[in-house]
Parts: sequence; structure tokens; C-alpha cells
Amino acid sequence: MAADARRHEAARARWLVSGPPLLYLLVFFAAPTLIMVLASFRSPGEFGGLAPLRDDTGALDLNVDAYVRFFTETVYAQVFVKSLVFALVTTLVCLALAYPLAALIARSPKKSRDILLLLVILPFWSNFLIRIYAWMILLGPNAALARAVNGVLGWFGAGPVPLLFSSFAVLVCLVYVHLPFMVLPLYANLEKHDPALLDAAQDLGASAWQRFWRITFPLSLPGVYAGAALVFIPALGIFAIPDLLGGPDDTLIGNLIKQQFLETRDWPFGSVLSIVLTVSALALVGLAAWLGRGATRGAERVGA
Amino acid sequence: MPLLDIRNVTRRFGDFTAVDGVSLAIEAGEFFTLLGPSGCGKTTLLRMIAGFDLPDAGQILLDGVDLAATPPERRPVRTVFQSYALFPHMTVHGNVAFPLQMAGTPARDIPGKVAAALEDVRLTGFDRRYPHELSGGQKQRVAIARALVTHPTMLLLDEPLAALDAKLREELQIELIHLQREAGITFVYVTHDQTEALALSHRIAVMNKGKVEQLDEPSVIYRFPRSRFVADFIGQCNLFSGPIRANAAGAVTLDVEGLGAVKVAAQTALAAGAPASIALRPEQIRIGAGDAAAPADNRYEGTVADLLYMGDVTVYRVNTAGGARVEALLANSQTGRAKFFEPGDRVVVDWPAAAGHFIED
Ligand SMILES: Nc1ncnc2c1ncn2[C@@H]1O[C@H](COP(=O)(O)OP(=O)(O)O)[C@@H](O)[C@H]1O
Ligand SMILES: [Mg+2]
Repeated sequence: MAADARRHEAARARWLVSGPPLLYLLVFFAAPTLIMVLASFRSPGEFGGLAPLRDDTGALDLNVDAYVRFFTETVYAQVFVKSLVFALVTTLVCLALAYPLAALIARSPKKSRDILLLLVILPFWSNFLIRIYAWMILLGPNAALARAVNGVLGWFGAGPVPLLFSSFAVLVCLVYVHLPFMVLPLYANLEKHDPALLDAAQDLGASAWQRFWRITFPLSLPGVYAGAALVFIPALGIFAIPDLLGGPDDTLIGNLIKQQFLETRDWPFGSVLSIVLTVSALALVGLAAWLGRGATRGAERVGA
Repeated sequence: MPLLDIRNVTRRFGDFTAVDGVSLAIEAGEFFTLLGPSGCGKTTLLRMIAGFDLPDAGQILLDGVDLAATPPERRPVRTVFQSYALFPHMTVHGNVAFPLQMAGTPARDIPGKVAAALEDVRLTGFDRRYPHELSGGQKQRVAIARALVTHPTMLLLDEPLAALDAKLREELQIELIHLQREAGITFVYVTHDQTEALALSHRIAVMNKGKVEQLDEPSVIYRFPRSRFVADFIGQCNLFSGPIRANAAGAVTLDVEGLGAVKVAAQTALAAGAPASIALRPEQIRIGAGDAAAPADNRYEGTVADLLYMGDVTVYRVNTAGGARVEALLANSQTGRAKFFEPGDRVVVDWPAAAGHFIED
């Protein structure tokens, strides 16, 4: 049958197109994850890395020692909670800063929009580490910012505080680095809103605040969720920023993982930390999606 | 005192004047229509009444009070938008309840009012649907229910039926007439569709290039258009123009190219030689085979150039011997006969002087 042949043809074309990316994900994402899961049940090698899979007697050397360590020693849970708090604060601050900015861009004339968007992604044009080093200079003890802050504090009789190598510096930089990831999905959403809806709401008696709270904000929730996920997940695992800008107390889960692999060379424990990180990120994003499942009903059809 | 008094309202965009010195007085309980071609300023005028836009000059008074300082959310008027503008994230119930919530209606009274409004537009039982689960006609009904639920003083409708197909449009037109009569709310209706305007309205303001050309009842607008624009825009119309040849005893004769003398019953102060026009509806023209030599004020021979068979009626386009084009309309009421003439047939068209309408240019 010609119709059957056509359908087969279409199916083959679909596989041809989606095959390479699927294969890529399988090889470079699924396989490392499996290796990591396996590694988390093995023993650390004497000089780092992993001990042989079979011990001297030839028995399989698989155990849950690394998991036990994570769940019994409270210091790891503390670092984990601290990482969650940092990621959450970063997400909320990004949301608060990005929303007005995205709304402004979405409402500006078409011509200036492209330029404003370009400015938002402009930081990506320079290297990530260079931008963090720039913050080291900006927050450094001799920079104008630190002098101004400490000058004001001095007036009130408070001692000088260091801005650099503190939780404050880490948070400032986390927000700075992740802000574009919140702005872009929010802008993409807000830009699609039908202005007639706001006219209609106003016509029906809604004040400016009611128009925002009842129309714009609920319709923008898909963008808020997308932006929150794009900020929260990378912020949760970040290590470079606390490494460079944080104080001794600002070790986050990402730093722990890096330490296990590069310094302590305890691969099984590093794997456990990675797995806990991935699972909790997935669980939190899933929980947020589940909680918000009703809220975005119909909101995907902005302007229907 | 009229309910809505629009005085000399002008609105400019750059050096383009979208609404140009419009004055209108709309009475309470009226079904008032702004009719005109696309771009003539209807929406701009409506948006100024709703408060989304402000006049550059002139005043808009509601119940004698100037609205200039009242923002849209505090005006007792409601708009039904052409795009419906239903809130996509709210159910039908949520949409209709919205203006009640904004007005601070006690929560326990809301379900009853929403149900009553939905019943008025025959949408009982659709409360829990989302807008994307409704057809175009149903969306429009929700938009109307949402606008009427708070019993506003005035409802503004901007081409509300333009996106619907012909059959549904007719159905909704009849519902709108009923709704307006029963609710007793003043409707200001915007359309570019002259049949819709004629069918619905108590009074029509015909607009052209930002100005009101004529304001009258539908039958008067149709029968006695005041300008060539109105005659041409409202319904099918033959327009004959030329200088006045004679003007005596209530009858004016024009010299029309391709026809010669055309006589029309009219009183005018214009002297011979002045340019003027005659508007003549196709249904006022008699078309025959030429055998019945009944004397008529205007009688011309010609051939059928083409015809438009429309079921109930057929429109014949006749080329006269002098080269003019006359459109005549014949009802197909005679059983067993669909068309009386074929293209190429020789015919005679005639009409009495009283059939035409004289327009001073
Ligand atoms: N905000 C605006 N800026 C510039 N021109 C406008 C604006 N709104 C309307 N116009 C112009 O005013 C004219 C009348 O528009 P409108 O009132 O929408 O016409 P209608 O509703 O009768 O089709 C149009 O030529 C339109 O291009
Ligand atoms: Mg319009």
C-alpha cells in the first residue's frame, strides 16, 4: 500500500533526524551516569580512584559504605542544606530582579528590544572565570565599594567588614552569573502576552496591581518555572564561585564533589555526593512542577 | 439629556487625523452603531469612550459628567473586544466572575450572578470549560456575559461578530437584539458590515475618514443617503452623476454620460449646470424584454452584460446603448424560473422619477 509505505518513510525520517541526538545523550550522559552509580558502590583505591572490582579472593567488592558515610556524618548534610539555601536565595533574587527587566524589554518598542536582549547576554561574550576575577577586584578591600560600605559602617562605630571572601560575595556573584538565565525565559513568555488581555482586565475594573497579580503573573508562570529551573539547578552544583570568592565557611556541595575527585581522590564518596545532588535537584524540580500543575493550566495558551 | 454626549472629539496620530471633530448624542437604551470602512476611526472613537485613549480636542460626557479624568477601570462602560480577549488561564466561570470580584461583590453572591449571566447568553453548563475548549461563537458569548454581568450603563462592541461565519453571525445578531432589549443596556456597536448595521441598529452613524457623514435611522440611511459616499457604502447602488439640465416643479433632470437625461423627483436650489448625483437602488429598477411599452420617466435600452445569481434574487448588469452600466435586481419568486435573462439578451430598464434619490455633490 502506498499509504503504508509513506508512513514507513516518515517513521524512518523521524529516526534519522532524532537518532544522532539520542545517541549522543545515550553515550555522553546515560553512560557516565551509570558509571557514576556503579562507582558509588565500590571501594576507594589505596592511592585514590577505585579499588579493583574483584578483591584478592575474586569476590565482587560492592558496598554502601560511602552512602552510610554521607547519611551519618552531619557535616555533609549541613553543606547540602547550605547549598540548597544559596541556590534558593539566588533563584528568588534573580526572579525579583529579572521580572521587571524582562517586562520592560517585552514592552519596549520592537527595535530597541534586540539591543536590550543583546545587553542581557553580553556578559557571555567574556570568559566565566574572568568575570569572577573581575568581581574579586570590585569587592576587594581597596575597591570603592568596600571603602564606601566601611566608611558608612565606621560612622555608626561598627568595625570594617570584608566584602570579599564572604557568603555575600558568593551570593552577589551567583546572582550575577545566573541572571540572564532568568531574564531570557521570562522575556520569551512575557513577549507573547496579548496586550488586549490587560485592556480587557482594566475595562472590567482591575487596578494596575490586580492586572499584574490576576493576569500577567499567572500567565507568566511557565516562564517563571523555566527560569527558576535554569537558575536553581546550576546554582546548586556550582563550585568555582565559592572557591574564588567565598570564605572558609562557604564550602558548597559542588566544592565537596570537586574535592573528592581532584584532591581527596575518593571517587566512591564523590559519586555518592553527585548522585544525591542530581536526585535532589530532580526531586525539587519535580515537586515544583507538581505543586504548580494547576496554576499553569491554560497559561501555555497565552492570548488564546 | 443624552446618556453619552460626544462633543467635537478629535484624535490625531502624528499629522494623521483618525477622528475628526465628531459629535454624537447617544440616548439611554439605544442600539447605536458606528458604521464605516476599515480605518475610518471607529475603534479609535470607541477606545476614547472606554478610556483607553484620550481625545486631543473635544469632550466625552456620560450622564452630563466629563469622563476625561476617569480611568477605564472606573468608567461604567464595558467593552467586548473583537479578539474576545478572554483570560486563557481562567475557566468560563472565572472569566465571568472576574468583573464581579473587581467590583468587590461578596463571594457568596458571585455564583448566582455568573449563572444568570451565562443563562442570558445560553451557555449554562459551560462554567468549567477553558477558553481554548470553546468555539468562536461560544467565546464571543462568554465575552458578552463577562461584560454584562455587572450591569454596566453602556456596552461597547468592536466588530464582535467579524470573525464568525455567516450563519453563526446571523444567529448571534438576533441574540444581540434580544439581549439588548431585555437588559435595557445602551449598546454602541462598531462594524464595517452595512447589512449588520441595518439589521441591528436603532440609529447608525456612517463614518468616513474620521468624520460622521450621516446619522439617521437605518431605513432613512438606506433610502435617503445624504452623500455619494453613504449611498455607495450602504447596500448596492447605482450612482449617476452629471450637470443639472433642468430643475422645475419638483423634478430635476441630470445630463448623465452614457444615459442622457435622467429624471428624479427632488427639491433643490441648485441652478442648471451645477454638478449633482442620483442614487438608485437596483431593486427600484424594472427590467423587461422591451415588449411592454409602458411609459416611464426614465427608460433605456441595453444588453445584459453579466448576472449574479444569488438564490433569492438575481442581479443583472446591463450595458445601455450609450455605454453606461446599470445594475438591476429581480426577485426569483416565480416558481420554475430561476433566471429571467441570460447574458447578451436585449432588455429595457426603466424606473419612475420617484425611485431615485437626489444628492447634491
Ligand atoms: N495608536 C495609533 N498610532 C497611529 N495610528 C493609529 C493608531 N491607532 C489607530 N491609528 C490609525 O488611525 C486610523 C483609524 O484607525 P481605527 O480607529 O482602528 O479604524 P477602524 O476601527 O475604523 O478600522 C487608521 O488609519 C490607523 O492606522
Ligand atoms: Mg477597528
